Amino acid sequence: MTRARTHFSPLARLLHWTMAPLIIAMLFIGVGMVATVSRAHDTLLALHRPLGIALLLLVVLRLAVRITCGAPPLPENMSKVQRVAAKASHIVLYALMAAMPLIGWAMVSAAGYPVTLAGSLHLPPIAPHDATLFALLRALHTWLAFALFATVLLHLAAALLHALILRDGVWQSMTRGGR
Amino acid sequence: MTLPSVPNPRPGPRQICVPCRLAAIGVAALALAGGFAYTAGWLTPGRLSAPRIIDTFEAVAGQHPGYRRNHAKGLCVEGYFDSNGNGVALSRAAVFAPGRTPVSGRFAVPGGNPSAPDTSSPVRSFALQFSLADGEQWRTGMNSTPVFAVHTPAQFYQQLLAAKPDPATGKPDPAKMKAFYAANPETQPFQRWVKAHPPSSSLANAAYYSINAFLFTDAGGTTRAVRWAVEPETPYAPITAAEQAEKNFLAADLNERLQQGPLRWHLILNVAQPGDPVDDATLQWPDNRQRVDAGTLVIEHASSQENGECRDINFDPTILPAGIAPSNDPLLAARSAAYALSFKRRTREEALHPEVHQTQTSSPQQKPQQSEQQGEHS
Repeated sequence: MTRARTHFSPLARLLHWTMAPLIIAMLFIGVGMVATVSRAHDTLLALHRPLGIALLLLVVLRLAVRITCGAPPLPENMSKVQRVAAKASHIVLYALMAAMPLIGWAMVSAAGYPVTLAGSLHLPPIAPHDATLFALLRALHTWLAFALFATVLLHLAAALLHALILRDGVWQSMTRGGR
Repeated sequence: MTLPSVPNPRPGPRQICVPCRLAAIGVAALALAGGFAYTAGWLTPGRLSAPRIIDTFEAVAGQHPGYRRNHAKGLCVEGYFDSNGNGVALSRAAVFAPGRTPVSGRFAVPGGNPSAPDTSSPVRSFALQFSLADGEQWRTGMNSTPVFAVHTPAQFYQQLLAAKPDPATGKPDPAKMKAFYAANPETQPFQRWVKAHPPSSSLANAAYYSINAFLFTDAGGTTRAVRWAVEPETPYAPITAAEQAEKNFLAADLNERLQQGPLRWHLILNVAQPGDPVDDATLQWPDNRQRVDAGTLVIEHASSQENGECRDINFDPTILPAGIAPSNDPLLAARSAAYALSFKRRTREEALHPEVHQTQTSSPQQKPQQSEQQGEHS
């Protein structure tokens, strides 16, 4: 009880490893569906909305888990710069994970499109039908997606650095069970 | 470098040199970034994509900020659809249950120039958005020809290139169009139809067709391929010589007719038989196919596209209520992707330069000449 934990909780790890492939898939689906004119466009678009809403629900749960359970401390020998970079990148990841689906939902609302999940199942609009607002949200959705992809790449590279070079237990804290 | 705080008990990767392990990390990150760039189409500029199609429209028609990249010239209309319930036999979509559904629409002329003459194309279009009570929508972009000129997005793109105006003359090179038609015999049914059917004298007395086939699923789960059309109650009459000379008459004519009263069309659902082409918009179905008159489309009002409701609607034909789904027609996905990019660009231009629509909306008083020529009405 009094000893500091060294690993993320099983629920936190489950959420992380569920969301990681989904977020990467969403980034690829998004960037692919706006480019292609093949039938894949329809399929990708039909996946993008329900997956985005699923990720929104997951990130809400994940934020709750993170706030209540916290994270294991970083290794003591990590430099201050590394600590700041780690903390900041995690804040950016959480912010973008929450912002992207909300902006997507608001953007679809502002365009006046039905927010279709599957069949006749659709969500209510969360923004008024407004072309100017759509233009802003549409641009934000693209640029924040690029920011999220860049942060995910950095996060992945840093995680692999911990796993393969530093071997300081940070990688294991998210990949294995333990205290 | 500091020593690892948690010693790794297993040998494994420790034996691999540090630069090699660093390189592995770099390769992993680069592979992901490269895959992303490839998916986005950044590594394959030659591949047909939505940006390539829309860029080509802009190159062909010039820059017209705030306007649709195709079917740029048009006007907004509003009304409703009165369903008679017959469509329920084909689709479980709520729009076919007996009752009224509000409709927002747009008549337009093909091409990327919002000031093009009405006579610049033998084709006119009619787009509709049915707003269903439960929040679902049915959007459609119909043309006044029952067949489309091309079968695939690639052919569409080639046709667009062939019609690109020659910088010297400012007009498309007829030799290039001829070569395109010769190389693409799929265009023949369209050309034959256009030759045999002169454009109508009004937007009100033309039929408009869904272009593509769609899959209708009834309450029992049976799916059938359907092409729909709206057929006018106003009798067809061919374009007159005076109208041909006038060049811009469609909007003023429609407005005049609407002042006399609403205009009506019947929504006709044409059902395919097994073997009918479902994924090829260049091929018509035989005339003897089952026809279901699903109800009456009533248009009551028109307004200019600069400040009408339709301005901010993207008539993406793949936005459909449950009970109607896109067919495998390759044009449908391409239309959806290209329309979305056109909508993205024009709303951005509207947001950054709200004045783009001012010139036309505020002109009727100051510049009656232009207003008349445009056929616009405030």
